[in-house]
Amino acid sequence: MTITKRFWISLIFSLPMLANMILMPFGWMLPGGNWTQLILTTVVMLVSARPFWQSAWASFTKHHSNMDTLVAIGTVTAYVYSIYAMMTGQAVFFESAAFVTTFVLLGQVFEERMRNNASNAVEKLVDLQAKDAEVMRDGQLVKIPLSEVVVGDIVRVKPGQKVAVDGTITEGTSTIDESMVTGESMPVDKKTGDKVIGSTINSNGTFMFRAEKVGDDTMLSQIVELVKKAQNSHAPIQNLTDKVSDIFVPAVMIISILTFIVWYVFLGASIASSLIFAVSVMVIACPCALGLATPTALMVGTGRSARMGILIKNGEVLEAVNDVKTVVFDKTGTITVGKPEVTDIVGDEKTVLSFATGLEQSSEHPLASAIVKKADKENITVPKVSEFKAIEGKGVEALIDGQRAFVGNDKLLADVKIDDSLQRQVVKLQQETKTVVFVGVENKVIGLIAIQDAPKETSKEAIADLKARGLKTVMLTGDNQLVAEAIASQVGIDSVIADVLPSDKADHVKALQQDGKVAFVGDGINDAPALTVADVGIAMGSGTDIAIESGGIVLVKNDLRDVDRALALSKKTFNRIKLNLFWAFVYNVLGIPVAAGIFYGIGLSLSPELAGLAMAFSSLSVVTSSMLLNKAKITSKVKIA
Amino acid sequence: MTKIIVLIGGLAIIGFIVWWFFGKHEVAEVSADVANDSQSINVEVNGGYSPETVVLKQGVPAILNFTRKDKSSCLDRVVFSDFGINQALPINEEQQIKIDTTNPGEYQWACGMDMFHGKVIVK
Repeated sequence: MTITKRFWISLIFSLPMLANMILMPFGWMLPGGNWTQLILTTVVMLVSARPFWQSAWASFTKHHSNMDTLVAIGTVTAYVYSIYAMMTGQAVFFESAAFVTTFVLLGQVFEERMRNNASNAVEKLVDLQAKDAEVMRDGQLVKIPLSEVVVGDIVRVKPGQKVAVDGTITEGTSTIDESMVTGESMPVDKKTGDKVIGSTINSNGTFMFRAEKVGDDTMLSQIVELVKKAQNSHAPIQNLTDKVSDIFVPAVMIISILTFIVWYVFLGASIASSLIFAVSVMVIACPCALGLATPTALMVGTGRSARMGILIKNGEVLEAVNDVKTVVFDKTGTITVGKPEVTDIVGDEKTVLSFATGLEQSSEHPLASAIVKKADKENITVPKVSEFKAIEGKGVEALIDGQRAFVGNDKLLADVKIDDSLQRQVVKLQQETKTVVFVGVENKVIGLIAIQDAPKETSKEAIADLKARGLKTVMLTGDNQLVAEAIASQVGIDSVIADVLPSDKADHVKALQQDGKVAFVGDGINDAPALTVADVGIAMGSGTDIAIESGGIVLVKNDLRDVDRALALSKKTFNRIKLNLFWAFVYNVLGIPVAAGIFYGIGLSLSPELAGLAMAFSSLSVVTSSMLLNKAKITSKVKIA
Repeated sequence: MTKIIVLIGGLAIIGFIVWWFFGKHEVAEVSADVANDSQSINVEVNGGYSPETVVLKQGVPAILNFTRKDKSSCLDRVVFSDFGINQALPINEEQQIKIDTTNPGEYQWACGMDMFHGKVIVK
């Protein structure tokens, strides 16, 4: 029998007793008196309350106890005593047993419904998937179910259709609404060569794309998996409730017995009223509110942030965010666009570029790809290179046409010579936020290549938001001090740590942790150690898989403003957890003494029915408070007036 | 006289509660049966979990079959926070839960309200 059915039966059989209670002062009595009450209550006890006893007994045999233990003992005590009282001709309180059962079940009906809502929110994301796809097979377009699409398939998407899986456009252009996956509300323009994400909606154009990720590998599936893990993770703050919940129920039983003893033995109250106090204590105590406080808020908070394109991996991260004092940013790809371009070449343009391209063509460094791209554009012929050698953190060198050529950053200058006129150029370029690469032969610099990586449009606003929150911002970069400072002042960053070797990033984060908790925002492979070391690692979604793996928070949208939103949401969720726990504790701490009759002297006491009602609504209120997180306003901009 | 009996009786019950719930009691620990490169074990959910501790062999795909016999809504879900599993347990229906046994260690599971606990030991 479902909880809902048990509730209705309990309610229907309790109603006559409620009428009796209300109408008694007006002279109306339930026909049949105590006998009718006995029969009604017996039905409630046998049908609606029996599962409580079964569960309580099953737990008892395992040396456990739960909420059902309290409800079962409370109602059975009231019921059995009333039968005894009826036989000995004293006042009965059958209605207590029936009402408590009704109220507790009412609370459970609501609570069950809301808990299901909270946990299903993310699973609904999976329903966003397209059901089928038009795929090129044997030169013809055929419609096949989504599950039959394999990697390498060419898929056609018409206007208004959903993109089936992740892939790259091979033909055509369109604008695509990606809000369901990335949280980005503006439609995104896509052309040949651009990536498309499965489950997003194509708006106006028709295009073909090659499937690259299907099934569990698609971005949406990965997100769902990540969010599921987050929603069910354990927040460290729960360790407290874990400890409390182990001893809670037995402790309440003991308090209840003590209440009876004190009232009956020491204060000389009658058995009936002593018993009412004891039953109230049993029924008002609500371990569930404590148990539900953290998981429900965690579930709603991480679910909501996922819809905004912010993936918070677990409760631990959420809790750590609360104490963050400093936010450290990687420069390239995080603060800047990450697509550097060659802006100036000093020296003999052709020679400088051809040497540099020869040395850099096999490198994956973003600066190297800027140089190679420039050479492509200028139709530079790439010379033959041999004895290639990397100089860690400085650059590379190799033999070109029998000469030892090198390219690298200013750390190389310690070993080589440079003209004064070139040196002046370097400073000038660096002040223009351009990174300077030195190209040389044997021991002499023959030319410079200036590369610029512009800050993202939103970086300035993002940093301002964080500063308004009272956080210290730091930029960590392998770039030269002058360039780094120029960019920092453009976007408004407090302090700069420049000339950092990739392997030292994590150490710098550790050093900053001396002054409080640190969040690190980054995207590259070389950021992974820093993301792990930081108290909160925030990985940009466009970043490498390894960075996303190491981060505690992933920003799907690649928008730096989401750092602030992520912090705001985490804080809000964590504060809600604390509020829930506070309420749950206070409720029990205040409720139990009141139920025990400590304030009886000043006229404050609770009947078991009211205690049961309070209990039902305390756990319900905790779940409601968590659900309200969905509606809570997230201020992305903390403006100083 | 009645009062003294009630007092002694009450204190005796308190003593029993302390011993029964807080005393040391042995917890059943059961190893899964390994057959045909997979292992499985049945867990009955009734006022807690039996067994409460399940030992699995590392590297062998494992399935825990949870069957809820208890009508309490306390136990209507089972949550493995380490694996991101939050499975509804309809009453009297066997639910299969796959456990990743790649890494050895202890993994807690709990009911939806974090009141009842059990654990998987992978070794």
